[in-house]
Amino acid sequence: MPKIMGLTGDEAIAYAAKQSKVDVVAAYPITPQTIIVEAFSEYVHNGEVHTEFVCVESEHSAMSACIGASLAGARVFTASSSQGLALMHEMLYIASGLRCPIVMGVVNRALSAPINIHGDHSDMMGSRDCGWIQIYCENSQEAYDWVLQAFKIAEDHEVLLPVTVNIDGFILSHALERVEVYDDGDVEKFLSIRNAPFKLDPDNPFTVGALCFTDYYFEIKRQQVEALKNAPPVIDKVNKEFEGLTGKKYSYINTYGLEDAEAAVLCLGSTAGTAKAVAKKLRSQGKRVGVIKPWVYRPFPSEHLLQTLGNLKALAVLDRAICPGAPYGALCSDVVSTLYDNGKQLKVFNAVYGLGGRDITPFDIEAIFNEAMDVAKTGIVKEPLKFVGVRE
Amino acid sequence: MSKESKLGWKKIPIGGLLFEPGSAMQYKTGDWRAFKPIVDQGKCINCLLCWIYCPDAAIVRKEKFIDINYDYCKGCGICANECPVKAITMVEEKK
Ligand code: SF4
Ligand code: SF4
Repeated sequence: MPKIMGLTGDEAIAYAAKQSKVDVVAAYPITPQTIIVEAFSEYVHNGEVHTEFVCVESEHSAMSACIGASLAGARVFTASSSQGLALMHEMLYIASGLRCPIVMGVVNRALSAPINIHGDHSDMMGSRDCGWIQIYCENSQEAYDWVLQAFKIAEDHEVLLPVTVNIDGFILSHALERVEVYDDGDVEKFLSIRNAPFKLDPDNPFTVGALCFTDYYFEIKRQQVEALKNAPPVIDKVNKEFEGLTGKKYSYINTYGLEDAEAAVLCLGSTAGTAKAVAKKLRSQGKRVGVIKPWVYRPFPSEHLLQTLGNLKALAVLDRAICPGAPYGALCSDVVSTLYDNGKQLKVFNAVYGLGGRDITPFDIEAIFNEAMDVAKTGIVKEPLKFVGVRE
Repeated sequence: MSKESKLGWKKIPIGGLLFEPGSAMQYKTGDWRAFKPIVDQGKCINCLLCWIYCPDAAIVRKEKFIDINYDYCKGCGICANECPVKAITMVEEKK
């Protein structure tokens, strides 16, 4: 039987990591992720887990230690944010390149400068191409549920890639929510101990990180693309097993009102919650609007997105990060290239919002819906890239 | 770089992991060479300084003098530079 706990997003992630019986945690504190490692170090202190908790001097070292532990066959967890994730950047590529199924809670926060501690997606988007599977959560429950599933996806031998589970800084990390947590025994049934296909072992030595020049490097990067391609069926399988255990349905994309919507908002993370509330109100007024929330951002769920579009005529893509000098934000670029490649005539515009933790209010989102409905009616996009909530 | 046909991405162990220890032996660096060290074995006093300095362990010890394994010698010239009796000369490789 699940029990109900009051948990912040950070605590929910820490609790899931605890129930996942991670062997090693190597982490360095950084706001707004700190609560995760604080909570976890408390579990270690209280003897509630048998995890090797490695205190390191930086995030770069944290990820380095995680990589070593993962290659030794351990189940490994860490967490970071913003500048910490940026400092890890080099090691993120090594973790995926060496095929280490590490799970990391990323509590999204803006990148300096100017310095800011609040939530936006610049940190993860800055490391978007690091070859990790990337999942974005709307609330603490999703964060808890996805961390449990993330280990199973990452460690699958068809995948063997690291996974980030992203939550919005402060909005989720520090907000107390009702979370249904499952019995330790049920989690154990769902997630047995890691069975690594190879582990560092002095008796059976092998070489990790050998130099690969022009003759092999390309092939090994090509394998990583394949591993990400292999992820969708594994994610499906894990989602189904998780549903069997908990009754909770996860997939690549979560939608609201798409059965008849003509205009929709597509966004990642907690903003989807606000967007759904606004869509609900507008739908009660007879307006055909909906919300699309990709849970899985990498590998990008192009096929699933195409299947969800239904009768949509206009789509507003909300990006909580900027790609300076690019035609759109990162998320919108992915959406537009998916549609273009498939000959979809759907009109799209991009709304960049919420940088440095600036609130996105229901009024802002209602205005975006109104604009999307206008585009659906006229077929004309007046402003392909707009900035919502910034002072002129 | 050896010239045998190389495996494609589907056949290579993932992540560039090498499960066979000591496999660096299979990677012949000899064809990197632009200059080739030639030993005058009559001059060599077998002091083994070159053997100590060679970064590729390409110097082969013989009873009275040394020899060079050209499969691995990449022609850096350190041995010629270190030899106290100038028994090694670097000669440009002919293509
Ligand atoms: S040239 Fe360099 S690699 Fe070749 S034998 Fe001399 S020291 Fe060794
Ligand atoms: S350094 Fe010169 S003399 Fe000494 S072993 Fe090498 S070739 Fe012979």
